[in-house]
Amino acid sequence: MDSPEHRYHDLGGRPAGRCERDEHEYETWEKRVDALMVLLSYRCNAMTVDELRRYIEELGPAAYDDLGYYERWMHSLTQAMLQRGLVTVDELAAKMAEIEAREHG
Amino acid sequence: MAEAAVAAHRFAVGDRVRVRRAYPPGHVRTPWYCRGHAGVIERYCGAFPNPEELAYNRPGLPPVPLYRVRFSSKELWPDYAENPADVVEIEIYEHWLEQA
Repeated sequence: MDSPEHRYHDLGGRPAGRCERDEHEYETWEKRVDALMVLLSYRCNAMTVDELRRYIEELGPAAYDDLGYYERWMHSLTQAMLQRGLVTVDELAAKMAEIEAREHG
Repeated sequence: MAEAAVAAHRFAVGDRVRVRRAYPPGHVRTPWYCRGHAGVIERYCGAFPNPEELAYNRPGLPPVPLYRVRFSSKELWPDYAENPADVVEIEIYEHWLEQA
């Protein structure tokens, strides 16, 4: 279900299956994504939690389901930094290529 | 996190209110499933910059009064078959509420 009237992310109140309550350990990269959000929002005042939510809501149904929790955050933080002018697409691409070469080159 | 300001607000504890039956396409914090339903003001939570503006990197001022609204589960889901005394409480901004 996804329409301008009832957007896909607005899952509350719909029938759902059993709720898994198991705890799990976070990966290092997940903790880094969380730290980046804290830095950008509460420490640097460079984005709001409302922007974080908006960009996640704009993922669309397929990506919303396919991405993990912190993968959605990573997408959202990237969009916010681009929108706010903190980083350019080109800088992002160059840094990603640099890391790719370092890790796999 | 934004600090709550205390601002002039329209509703008092115990007032019956109805959530606006509105479906704007942008970022909102009012769950879809409570729209159009009636509840009771459980408390006034303070006033906060409007998240519908903050989501688009605008200041969201002046702060908007926020309330905790109590709904009967049966009101939200007419075929609700659990305890009839069950309630759901949702925090809703004032511009989403009208006198019931």
